[in-house]
Amino acid sequence: MTAQADHADPHGQTGRAGLFVEIKDVDLAYGEDAESLAVQGLNLDIREGDFVAVVGPSGCGKSTLLKLVTGLMPPTQGAVYVDGNRVNGTLSFVGMAFQNPTLLPWRNTLRNIMLPLEIVEPHRSRLRREKVAYLEHARNLLRTVGLAPYESKHPWELSGGMRQRANLCRALIHDPRLLMLDEPFGALDAFTREELWCVLADLRRAKQLTVVLVTHDLREAVFLADTVYVMSSRPGRIVHSRRVDLPGTRTLETCYEPAFVDIVHELRGHIERVRCDGPQGIADVPTA
Amino acid sequence: MSPLRKNLERFSPVIVTVAMFVAWEAVARLAKIPSYILPPPSEAVMAGYEFAGPISKHALQTLYTTLAGFGLAVVFGLLVGVIIGSSKLLYRAFYPILIGFNSVPKVALVPLLVIWFGIGTVPAIITAFLISFFPVVVNVATGLATIEPELEDVLRVLGASKLTILLKVGIPNSLPYFFASLKIAVTLAFVGSVISETVASNAGIGYLMMSASARFNVPLVFAGLIVIAAMGIGMYAIFATLEKRTTGWAFRS
Repeated sequence: MTAQADHADPHGQTGRAGLFVEIKDVDLAYGEDAESLAVQGLNLDIREGDFVAVVGPSGCGKSTLLKLVTGLMPPTQGAVYVDGNRVNGTLSFVGMAFQNPTLLPWRNTLRNIMLPLEIVEPHRSRLRREKVAYLEHARNLLRTVGLAPYESKHPWELSGGMRQRANLCRALIHDPRLLMLDEPFGALDAFTREELWCVLADLRRAKQLTVVLVTHDLREAVFLADTVYVMSSRPGRIVHSRRVDLPGTRTLETCYEPAFVDIVHELRGHIERVRCDGPQGIADVPTA
Repeated sequence: MSPLRKNLERFSPVIVTVAMFVAWEAVARLAKIPSYILPPPSEAVMAGYEFAGPISKHALQTLYTTLAGFGLAVVFGLLVGVIIGSSKLLYRAFYPILIGFNSVPKVALVPLLVIWFGIGTVPAIITAFLISFFPVVVNVATGLATIEPELEDVLRVLGASKLTILLKVGIPNSLPYFFASLKIAVTLAFVGSVISETVASNAGIGYLMMSASARFNVPLVFAGLIVIAAMGIGMYAIFATLEKRTTGWAFRS
């Protein structure tokens, strides 16, 4: 979070200085007509090292945002810059994890989390020669999330929470600079979820990652993020941003403090508003 | 599980098989059914013993045509399955034709095959191939098509090419489907080869049964049936074991 002066770039190929991710006036349509717009007029700036959460009603294009930033989908209008360069094509310094852990059932935990190393350069070509070092690296990562004793277990032998830990490890194994999470804890029970919040917070502190978390859980967003963005219903755009300025390190106890609860409440109000506005907003379009 | 129950489970296939033969024997003898209609299994076994030489010769011929046709089906099935399974366009384009080919009764093709290749080994191999090809293709294609889209996203972000995703995820993912299809395909291949031998051949179990029934040697017909069934079970067992060995992970989740 450096206090660097922002200046517009006239050439359009580079983003503004000091910003790690910059989404600028982006529209994305899945089809030809305006009805199929998933996001419209989307603007979002993320600094390096920031933890950003995006919340919003279901179907508002939160996942589309992830696809835009990772380069899986090109914007129909506008531009996305990551690390100063305009995104065209995928970015291998990104790690991704979804709600569905999608571990490979024929691989054990250790080999599952090492899968990205078989794909991303320069690891791909070094993997065979420096096997020992990479194994050490992977085991260290498993240790930080408490999976060390399970490295030779297969996915069906792990609980849902453990699979999601492994999923996080797989997203982080190639030391990405940007971690994109799409409701990673959505399918877990409340206790496991809170446990994993702490795991993620620890990982982020240890690795100085930039994280974008898409979630519908407001407590999760406030607990983990530095800034929470509220998205409108489809076509999605950012309607509100809230800095989470809670003092000190957050623990699960923090979730019960008035300041925390106030922020969750405030965000809840915004979500309620966009949920009610949504249909009207669409109805307004023809008359506008 | 109690030890009794465990043993029961273990020997249940033997018990049922023996019981079926005993029931058959009892019905045939007690109802005094003439042996040119339904011979008791003991007579079929006797006939099998008596004609052991010709039966084994013809059984080997059938086994040969079946396995040759099945082998072709595996090779081409894998190839076509991987090709249409990894491309949505080709999948859409070829699926109706495949269903069409599969719907044609293979026995109707045998006369055509005879015109093209003459009678004997070649039409039997081709019929076995045609009948066992489809399950391999469909299963391999299905296995490839069931890659989770999220996993594909995770890998594509890392810069994985289509080929890499196919090799690292698609093909291993489709292996259980492939091996499951082998069990089915090999038993179907027997159907194909025997059909063809029955219609147009002078060798093989199908031919043997045809000529035996022409001479009203019904016990020998049944002996042939039992031999085919036994070969089918044997082949099925081999591929079921292979399936468990290679893709055991798929049976545990």
